[in-house]
Amino acid sequence: MQLKNTPCSSDISTHTDHSDKQNKLSIKSKLTMATCALLQAGAPAAQAESGEWDIDTALLYYTEDSRISVFEPVISAEKEIDENEFVKFKLVYDVLTGSTPYGAAPSPSAQTITNPSGNSTYSVAPGELPLNTTFKDTRVAFSGDWTIPLDRLKQITVGANFSTEYDFNSIGVSANYAQDSSDKNRTYTVGLGVSADTWDPVGGKNTELAYMIDPEGSTPQPKGGTDTKSNFDVIFGLTQVVNRSTIMQFNLGHSTSSGYLTDPYRYISIIGTDGLPLSGADLVNAGGADAFPYIYEKRPDSRARNTFFWRTAHHLTEDVINVSYRYFTDDWGINSHTLDFRYRYELGGSHYLQPRLRYYTQSEADFYTNSLTAAQASNVEFASADYRLRELVTTTLGLKYGVGIGKNSEFTVRAELMNQTYTVTDPNLDGNNLELAPDLDAVIIQFGYNFFW
Amino acid sequence: MIRILLITSVLGLSACTTVQPWEKDLLAKPSMALVPDENENFLDEHIYFSKEASTGGQGVGGGGCGCN
Repeated sequence: MQLKNTPCSSDISTHTDHSDKQNKLSIKSKLTMATCALLQAGAPAAQAESGEWDIDTALLYYTEDSRISVFEPVISAEKEIDENEFVKFKLVYDVLTGSTPYGAAPSPSAQTITNPSGNSTYSVAPGELPLNTTFKDTRVAFSGDWTIPLDRLKQITVGANFSTEYDFNSIGVSANYAQDSSDKNRTYTVGLGVSADTWDPVGGKNTELAYMIDPEGSTPQPKGGTDTKSNFDVIFGLTQVVNRSTIMQFNLGHSTSSGYLTDPYRYISIIGTDGLPLSGADLVNAGGADAFPYIYEKRPDSRARNTFFWRTAHHLTEDVINVSYRYFTDDWGINSHTLDFRYRYELGGSHYLQPRLRYYTQSEADFYTNSLTAAQASNVEFASADYRLRELVTTTLGLKYGVGIGKNSEFTVRAELMNQTYTVTDPNLDGNNLELAPDLDAVIIQFGYNFFW
Repeated sequence: MIRILLITSVLGLSACTTVQPWEKDLLAKPSMALVPDENENFLDEHIYFSKEASTGGQGVGGGGCGCN
């Protein structure tokens, strides 16, 4: 749930002179009423009329070069059920297919890796970055929000959300309180959210830091069933009208997660004295069972995150600049900066083009590692080779086109190119022309259609 | 770092001017919404949540995902 800027939704009683001219509106109030009436009449696709549903649909296609593809339709519907009282529902469906790296490093030798189910294996050719090719999931998410006005300056929004996928379920509730200043030039917000997630990994949960068992060996992989984590978020926000053409928002957020924060499928390569991953033939004796030279990752069971977020919309003569910056820091050692810039270029009529640049950079998690020696594997407290915990840079360049259709509808399409580059080096792999961290390139296509019903 | 950002923000806000209701014609335009396309914002949050280690900052709630 996000703060809306409604600078003209002010209850005009603000400007009523109650002291000595009761029941008469001041000149200022009349001007306000007249201006707001004019603005609302002149703004296309601004607001649904009372009783109408504001329907917003989108269709996302995301595809990585030779890896994951995602198809994700979204529909949301909002309605004013009473004066300044709104309900909003959102339904999301996700289909993911493709292959993704699960942490293993490339090797000069062929590798054999156990599938996430734990009962079969797959082979990786020498020199190739191992990818899990069985990645496939569908996800359904539903959320509902109810905004209730407390008085003309205060409102509260309560929400609930639920999502389910094959191996993961999440349920959460949230509440957001917003209070405007009397001139409606400033809004203070406080938001609280709690959620509970349940992992039910394919084949059961792997034992953290345990060796990957060869399913064709004598001893089956010990599996741990399901596990849970909980999340708590609090956010304080301030939105300020800076001048006639600029509005700004500042948010300060704190989140904590606790419980099972490990990724149940990811693992780490064990390397030999030459610094290269042990080969498929180098079975490791793990407690008497035949194992492959990988251990399952383990992350701390708690995480605290802090964010500072700033966003500004600025109106030029015709065009609009929308820019945001986020600083993120957590107790896993990750610090990140996100800059997002959009320029809405009005083409005339109701057409516009919007170039966009997003730049993201993060430091690596304290427990990130490319690989481990057998000795390190037996002593390490936490370790993960998840590429998303590396030092990395993501750059996204995009273009969006929008056109108003009739009085109350808008169609949009955006196309973006995303590149992710990792700042990791491994002299032993590099020396053997083995690429641990090739760039990730992705294409994002989204269609959107908004209408009233 | 967050402390420095906060101080900078407070100093920046001191430059604000009072805008009267009848001067809010530009601010009232849909293109001037801080989040002009909520579905796009929602989908971006989902994409980058699954590809990066950072999340949040814009609000609370919204739903979980096993993708990270």
